[in-house]
Amino acid sequence: MTSAAVTELAAATNEHLAHISNTLIYSAMAVYTLAFFAYIAEWLFGSRSKVGRTAAALTETKKKAEAPAVTVKKAGGTAVLERPKVVVRSAAGARDVPDGPGAHGGDVQGDMYGRIAVSLTVLAFLVEFGGVLARALSVKRAPWGNMYEFNITFSTVAVGVYLVLLLLKKNIRWLGLPLITTVLLDLGLAVTVLYTASDQLVPALHSYWLYIHVSTAIFCGAVFYVGAVATILYLFKDAYENKLASGGTPGRFANSVLDRLPAAASLDKFAYRVNAAVFPLWTFTIIAGAIWAGDAWGRYWGWDPKETWSFITWVAYACYLHARATAGWKGRKAAYLALIAFGCWLFNYYGVNIFVSGKHSYSGV
Amino acid sequence: MSTTSKTTEPDKAPNAGEDQDLGAAGSQLSTAPAEEATGLPSLGVIGWARWFWRQLTSMRVALLLLLLLSLGAIPGSLIPQTGIDETKVADFRDRHGTLAPIYDKLGLFHVYSSVWFSAIYILLFVSLIGCIVPRTWQFVGQLRGRPPGAPRRLTRLPAYTTWRTGAEPEQVREAALAVLKKRRFRARTVGDAVAAEKGYLREAGNLAFHIALIVMLIAFAWGQLFKSEGNKLILEGDGFANTLTQYDDFKSGNLFSQDDLDAFSFNLKDFTGTYELTGPNRGTPRTYQAKVTYSVGAYGKEKTTTIKVNEPLKIGDSKVYLVSHGYAPVVTVRDAKGDVVMDHEAVSLLPLDSNVTSSGAIKVMDGYRNAKGEKEQLGFNAFFLPTYGGKGSTMLSQFPALLNPMLALSAYHGDLGVDSGIPQSVYQLDKANLKEFKGSDGKLFKKQLTVGQTMTLPDGAGSVTFNGIKEWAGFQVTRQPASGWALAGAVVAIFGLAGSLFIQRRRVWVRAVKGADGITVVEMAGLGRSESAKVPEELGDLAAILYDRAPGAPDADDSADSSDTPDPQVVPAEGAEKQ
Ligand code: HEM
Repeated sequence: MTSAAVTELAAATNEHLAHISNTLIYSAMAVYTLAFFAYIAEWLFGSRSKVGRTAAALTETKKKAEAPAVTVKKAGGTAVLERPKVVVRSAAGARDVPDGPGAHGGDVQGDMYGRIAVSLTVLAFLVEFGGVLARALSVKRAPWGNMYEFNITFSTVAVGVYLVLLLLKKNIRWLGLPLITTVLLDLGLAVTVLYTASDQLVPALHSYWLYIHVSTAIFCGAVFYVGAVATILYLFKDAYENKLASGGTPGRFANSVLDRLPAAASLDKFAYRVNAAVFPLWTFTIIAGAIWAGDAWGRYWGWDPKETWSFITWVAYACYLHARATAGWKGRKAAYLALIAFGCWLFNYYGVNIFVSGKHSYSGV
Repeated sequence: MSTTSKTTEPDKAPNAGEDQDLGAAGSQLSTAPAEEATGLPSLGVIGWARWFWRQLTSMRVALLLLLLLSLGAIPGSLIPQTGIDETKVADFRDRHGTLAPIYDKLGLFHVYSSVWFSAIYILLFVSLIGCIVPRTWQFVGQLRGRPPGAPRRLTRLPAYTTWRTGAEPEQVREAALAVLKKRRFRARTVGDAVAAEKGYLREAGNLAFHIALIVMLIAFAWGQLFKSEGNKLILEGDGFANTLTQYDDFKSGNLFSQDDLDAFSFNLKDFTGTYELTGPNRGTPRTYQAKVTYSVGAYGKEKTTTIKVNEPLKIGDSKVYLVSHGYAPVVTVRDAKGDVVMDHEAVSLLPLDSNVTSSGAIKVMDGYRNAKGEKEQLGFNAFFLPTYGGKGSTMLSQFPALLNPMLALSAYHGDLGVDSGIPQSVYQLDKANLKEFKGSDGKLFKKQLTVGQTMTLPDGAGSVTFNGIKEWAGFQVTRQPASGWALAGAVVAIFGLAGSLFIQRRRVWVRAVKGADGITVVEMAGLGRSESAKVPEELGDLAAILYDRAPGAPDADDSADSSDTPDPQVVPAEGAEKQ
């Protein structure tokens, strides 16, 4: 074969792969849509059960024992190590509210739909992952060259984070519906507005720091996103609990939906953990970016809009972490800071790429 | 408050009392400054100063300053900045006649070096230092101190467990001490209980992080003060020595001095650019590199290397970046008599767009005589397209590589004004004292040339031959000292941060006393700095180990609840499960 023929053949394969990638992404969207309906079904069936745990916990006069009961757990079989049971007591000032049962609300049919939804999510995740992989193979590089690729990778990672948390047996299925809803939005935006045919990168993007910087940035974004969803739900649940605690009667919808979520304190703690866990990685992302900028543009920090907004996002999250450590700023105020911080992250991604021109001009739109 | 209160928020009141109960046990679990009431001082100047200092170094104000810092950074990302793009600023000034002076007053065109932005971060860092110094001392004190004794009622703590055992209290305490020490707790026996603490690395990490922030800031400021940045455009085959005079333009920090320049020189051997030929990104660079030979010091040995976009040449503190590329048509100019006045000279032109449509000027300064034999100067406006679309196409290049090069010249004669003492751009003609050559149509004389073609000036005034094309590469030489410090600070910051966020500082107490019935009661409790699932988990692990060494004894009121299968080997009878 002549070299021209080889290149042509390679080009054809690449186009073929890019095509496969597109098909997979569309298929993933279809399966996510099915998962979306299954989650809806879970919530709907779950609404049949009248749980009202939160209300019970908050309105009943508590017959708390003076001291936590003493328990020594004795394992039945001989193989299990004996260990005394640890009694956990929530911190001062915290409401003693049990976590909700989850979207299915204890309803058997609801639970079944929930399981179907998770299975569909796994399937969609695999298909989408395949789509991202095919895209990467078609361009022979990491799939992070433009906003279309960011979006598809981002949603894959966000769903991946969710599935890993499920796998670790965390009480997190309640995240399913809001997560899949936004994944569908994200993918819809990707295939319509942001679509860019697969192509190589400009030389400024040829650097292994790109792989490090961008992959951690996407991962951080996905985790921050999970944290933000938990924070928003915390705000709702907290308002709900407050209302109950002060003797109010929340609306039927609130009763039905919010009662099934974990307790506000659990949501808050979950959001904090998620944000705190990923903050060092976000710090690292910015530093990796600075190193890359040092090699590509001759200065490691130049207040380019993208750099500036990464910094703003970083400071906003640092604010949030400080707020959590400061009396008087815990709870709702800190939660607002977390949302502002995530807003900064979002703006850095969409806003700066689209409205502000800077050196990071790779958005492809 | 007391437990008799019957409000609808039953938790708050009793808990307040309970917390006081914890007293010393929970103290000094961190070195975070206590939040003080915002009451105003009634003292004199010193009182006020002290009050101000306390405010400045409080977490609340730190939080506020952090918020302000992020808010303050926003305008700089939305308004054009002189430090980044001067032309955009000029453009903005032209378009916003009323806004621009206001922005100027507020320093909004250079936010990151403006007074107010500096004020925020300097205050923040003063606050940071004011926060760190006492915290460090306190931490050292805590390292030397010992974990506080057990609180009276361990049941009040967030994680708690207890069991009865046949072992003696002293035995249990000894075992507990050994177990805790093995788990790298700092432990000691106080009275009837063992007190232990672990996780000091959290505080160390936190301090390291905040100190690293200061190091980073200083390194950044140092870099700004001593930095230098110069640009040089070099033709293939030409060279450059790193001295101030050789630069086309040069910027430096306030404290930079010429002696700071690293001594080196280099020659551009070859520039290679290849571009995407097809597809939507046609014309996007694929390879973009410059082969150079360089030598360090005055008489260094010559070495060869390739400079690419992400791979600068590093010499000392300096880095040489490949930042641009363009074309330089090679021309020969003859005067009226046919004498060569400009011999195969390459004239660098500046690229205007991504397809390297280029423009510039060819200036013939001396040696030229016109048809009348008078001394004169020649000037040409040059426009160059590496890929010309052909007749009737726009005067914009279609592709960045040399597929169909075309040089368009328009000709002037007279005085170039180069001797007037006013510095002028080599890429532009000063037409004040220049006259146009007129074509046969009476308009400005223009001609489009392909390589090898010659343009004959009207009235036998001479000719210009387009001999060929050379390429040039633009280099930026930057020197940003202390970037190593910035990097080191960053690395420490990350590890410190990870330590401060992932490590829990926690305390464990084990109390063993003889109960009224003469059987030893073991109580264990754990306290973390913040509520965490890890503390109870760890307490459970510790309890399991200790339980092994001090196995359970029958509960006093166990008789009713012995349905479990007995396990004669381990315990004589069951512990009870009750809530
Ligand atoms: C550039 C500014 C600053 C940044 C980016 C920053 C960032 C952080 C971060 C990420 C943490 C970890 C939070 C946690 O442990 O949950 C932290 C903790 C802390 N910071 Fe800062 N900080 C800054 C300035 C300050 C200042 C000015 C003060 C002093 C008033 C301060 C005092 C503290 C304290 C006391 C803690 C520990 C809180 C605790 O023990 O939980 N920080 N900081």
